Amino acid sequence: MSMAVLILMLLGGGLLAWQSERIHPDLPRWTALATVIVALVFLLVSLPPEQPTLPTDPRGTGDWLLHLKLAWMPRFGIALELALDGLSLLLLVLTLLLGLIAIASSWSEIDFKPGLFQANLLWTLAGVCGVFLAVDMFLFFLFWEVMLIPMYLLIAIWGHENKTYAATKFFIFTQASGLLMLLAIVVLAWQGLAASGRLSFSYFDLLGLTLDPRLGWWTMLGFFLAFTVKLPAFPFHTWLPDAHTQAPTAGSVLLAGILLKTGAYGLLRFCIPLFPEASLQFAPIAMGLGVAGVIYGAVLAFAQSDFKRLVAYSSVSHMGFVLLGLYAWNQLALQGAVMQMVAHGISTAALFMLAGALQQRLHTRDMGRMGGLWHQAPRMGACAMFFAVASLGLPGLGNFVAEFLVLLGLFAVQPWLAALAALGLITAAIYSLWMMQQTFQGSPDEQRKLADFDVREMLAMGTMVVALVWLGLYPQPVLDLAQPVIDSLQHLVPSDNAVVALAPGAAVNKP
Amino acid sequence: MAGVWLIPLLPLASALLLILSTGKMPRQLVALLGAGSVGLAAICVALLARDFLADGEVRQLTLWTWLAVGEFTPRIAFYIDGLTVVMMSVITGVGFLIHLYSIEFMWDDESICRYFAYMNLFVAAMLVLVMADNLLLLYLGWEGVGLCSYLLVGFWYRDPANGRAARKAFIVTRVGDTAMALGLFLLFTELGTLDIQPMLVAANSHWQVGDSLPILATALLLGGAVGKSAQLPLHTWLPDAMAGPTPVSALIHAATMVTAGVYLIARTFGLFLLAPPTQEAVAWIGLLTLLLAAFAALAQSDIKRILAYSTISQIGYMFLALGVGAYASGIFHLVTHAFFKALLFLAAGAVIHCLHHEHNIFRMGGLRTRLPVIFWSFLIGSAALAALPFTSGFYSKDAILLSAWEIPGIGPWLWAGGLLGAMLTGIYSFRLVFVVFFGSAHTEPDRQPGWKMATPLIVLCVLSLLGGLLVLPLSGVFPPAAHPAASHAVEYISIGTPLLGLLLAYLLFLGRQLSIDTLADGPLGRGLSDLWLKGWRIDQLYDAVWVRPYLGLSHWWRNEPVDRIYNALVSLCQWAHHRLCALQTGQLRWYATSMVFGLVLLVAIMLRNAT
Repeated sequence: MSMAVLILMLLGGGLLAWQSERIHPDLPRWTALATVIVALVFLLVSLPPEQPTLPTDPRGTGDWLLHLKLAWMPRFGIALELALDGLSLLLLVLTLLLGLIAIASSWSEIDFKPGLFQANLLWTLAGVCGVFLAVDMFLFFLFWEVMLIPMYLLIAIWGHENKTYAATKFFIFTQASGLLMLLAIVVLAWQGLAASGRLSFSYFDLLGLTLDPRLGWWTMLGFFLAFTVKLPAFPFHTWLPDAHTQAPTAGSVLLAGILLKTGAYGLLRFCIPLFPEASLQFAPIAMGLGVAGVIYGAVLAFAQSDFKRLVAYSSVSHMGFVLLGLYAWNQLALQGAVMQMVAHGISTAALFMLAGALQQRLHTRDMGRMGGLWHQAPRMGACAMFFAVASLGLPGLGNFVAEFLVLLGLFAVQPWLAALAALGLITAAIYSLWMMQQTFQGSPDEQRKLADFDVREMLAMGTMVVALVWLGLYPQPVLDLAQPVIDSLQHLVPSDNAVVALAPGAAVNKP
Repeated sequence: MAGVWLIPLLPLASALLLILSTGKMPRQLVALLGAGSVGLAAICVALLARDFLADGEVRQLTLWTWLAVGEFTPRIAFYIDGLTVVMMSVITGVGFLIHLYSIEFMWDDESICRYFAYMNLFVAAMLVLVMADNLLLLYLGWEGVGLCSYLLVGFWYRDPANGRAARKAFIVTRVGDTAMALGLFLLFTELGTLDIQPMLVAANSHWQVGDSLPILATALLLGGAVGKSAQLPLHTWLPDAMAGPTPVSALIHAATMVTAGVYLIARTFGLFLLAPPTQEAVAWIGLLTLLLAAFAALAQSDIKRILAYSTISQIGYMFLALGVGAYASGIFHLVTHAFFKALLFLAAGAVIHCLHHEHNIFRMGGLRTRLPVIFWSFLIGSAALAALPFTSGFYSKDAILLSAWEIPGIGPWLWAGGLLGAMLTGIYSFRLVFVVFFGSAHTEPDRQPGWKMATPLIVLCVLSLLGGLLVLPLSGVFPPAAHPAASHAVEYISIGTPLLGLLLAYLLFLGRQLSIDTLADGPLGRGLSDLWLKGWRIDQLYDAVWVRPYLGLSHWWRNEPVDRIYNALVSLCQWAHHRLCALQTGQLRWYATSMVFGLVLLVAIMLRNAT
């Protein structure tokens, strides 16, 4: 029940924040802040002390911590079914944490209808939480749409100069690919009906369905497209630089930090487990797209002169590692992919917050008009340096653990592809350091006034710094949370499968 | 000693404190914290070394398991044997002297706090690098020192040229680091562990000498080593890295970080023994680098660039030693080089400090009487660099050359090449001494070094002179080297060659019996000196082969070619929209006509289907 309460809490908090504007224009942000904090605390205290296992799935889908099923439309086999396991918990905590960061980053930025702004922010969070919790496919699709609309409004109303174009592009890309997923869901449910004689949209009922290979391939593709547009993977990424650049700071933080992760989560939770055989066949193509994204994103990031666009393309590059990790399909690479979801969420959110702070102070995102900012704002410079080197994969920080694990796992399966993807380590250094040069290094403009980060901003930055160092030096808690899901994924393919058999350790018995 | 973890923690904690103080700490406290933490670490290392010399036991310490995914369980753990103790002593010992020197050198800089924060962070990362018990933790230190090098080369960030040099240093070494990362992937995939000692054991049981996998793995590790140690073909970053403050060049780009590649190969020598082709490649890379860099050093006029090329050249000797299997000699040269090259850099820094930031040696001159302490330091450092008899450099370089001679087949070639390099070293190092300290004065010094600068110089002078008598505790680490049994003739030639270099330098630059101008004036002389001045034009080559194509590619893709597909879709929709709009004319006759035609068509289809 607590999962439903969590989502309702965020939805209700949004309504409250919207209306509180009538009392005082400062009230919405306080309401939003309080809502997210309460939600975070509520989530953590409502976890059961022990881990009950849900034995509904013949293939073993891992350890579920919470499960809730309420009747909704029994005639169509649709229920309000929510479930929470380690992976969802991890992503929920990330979502709420970055929700706090998003609120903090837009604290003084929004003057126009602050109530509605905070409401949309909270509703986006509610939609994302729903996505991470829903295990009824119909309900999942509903939340998938719920998170889209308030985000669209955030960009379209509070965005920058080219907001309408960006918001529309974002909406059409997501909506079109979402439609394909809806079709795939219906086909899947139909197949379930044909197989068991009972119409059900429950994830647990649909898992383990044997599909005609051809049909399975196309259905898988429907899911894959929806998720990789969101991820985003090359070549479906072009909505992202526009949306990120035009969105208000909080919108960029949410988009990069968590909305992209719903794509990765979808692949991990639905696309691969529901269609293991088709996914296995498809893995080489998916990995190819991953490598293409890593390189292409990094080259384009280097070519940008707009701070936010640079960070947006770096996201394309980093999310390529997630795709690689998921389809390399062994324990190391999968753990790396999950780790990348968390670490990238934090580091990119921080960079977007920084870009937003610079834009708010300098009224430009053009790096050609920055330079030497370290002189005026050393605290900002230090934070920028930290997250720039996090993004280029410095060991000791979370992103390194993620990328190293992905590449290590991938190397066992596809050494040449791993070598190619490793080029991303070099290109990431090129764009990250170039970004630092153009903004904080170089000769300062002595006339320019630039206020350094204040306590609120340093608090947000400090939280993310600590989180990344923790993930980089002791990532075990995160790895342990994700382990059951990854175990269950590994059971999906026969053990003599080429991909899994090549996992590290198996190759030791050479002459 | 149980508190080994304290050694890297001390400078790390100090770095964190300095960073958190955000520059608001008083200067005195910054200096105390910055130099004091490294000094304390040096004392801890001295205690550790005393214990180690007493019992010779390898010490291992696991702090925690970094991460555990299936078989992959790297730990945050230290492994301390003789090699580690030697490296730690150099890092904290020489490091402390350089920190002490820095207090005076950087005193007037507004960002002294940032400076000491980076320097301390560097020492911590370097200690982790040499103490790591597995390759992943070593890689953490490896990248950490690279980051600090980047931060310190670009320390004076207002000049874009410094930023450029810093980026070049980081990115060029990152190329090598990426090769090294691939080497780590290969080693783990094949051997199932990255813990260095178990890995070496596993390699010996899984692989035969000359198998292709160890050759590939060592070649990838070598990629990392040549990047970090500025060897061919990834050496181009080091001369530019001189943009940083001079004590940084002394610590990072002479004494410690650039020798990390030597350490890596020495640490994993068991793998290299399984891969004779890579081993030989190490020797050839070393030889080629030491010669090319020595020639380039001859033509430079910037005091720090001469020393930078000389560093590349001396690390070439260390690679040569590793390549011929004389690991202990290579490490010995690493240690003596740390003494005399740190001395030379600090002395050069003192010259620059006292001459209003003058770098050009031809605008110095006659400083022998004006800056006596610096002169003697420089003289002793140059003597050790040129390996004049009984200096520390003599013992270490001589051992390398003799070991090279022993190698069957290619040995005499390596020896002869090394000898040529030794002569060149003699020429360029004394060219520097004669031009800067003799002759007529061009710039007057405006101050004398104080005690904080002089003390490190004097201590390093003693070490450079007497360091050759040190006996490093490496016998338990490396296989015992065959005793060089070269003939006396070979030995005398080895001793005599640097003296020949000294003589040539005297004739060319002090006595002027030979005219350098006639040599450099001919078409060949001009061409060569220009080529050497530009470091064999390798930078230009890389610019054309790597940098420009990458810039071109990013410029070409700048406007998102993929979006053209989607824009085409949009155009298609718009086109269809306009076409369909054209149907909606609002004219009744047009609607009526189309309805009739439609009906006829429908009836026709139905009739056709009915039959």
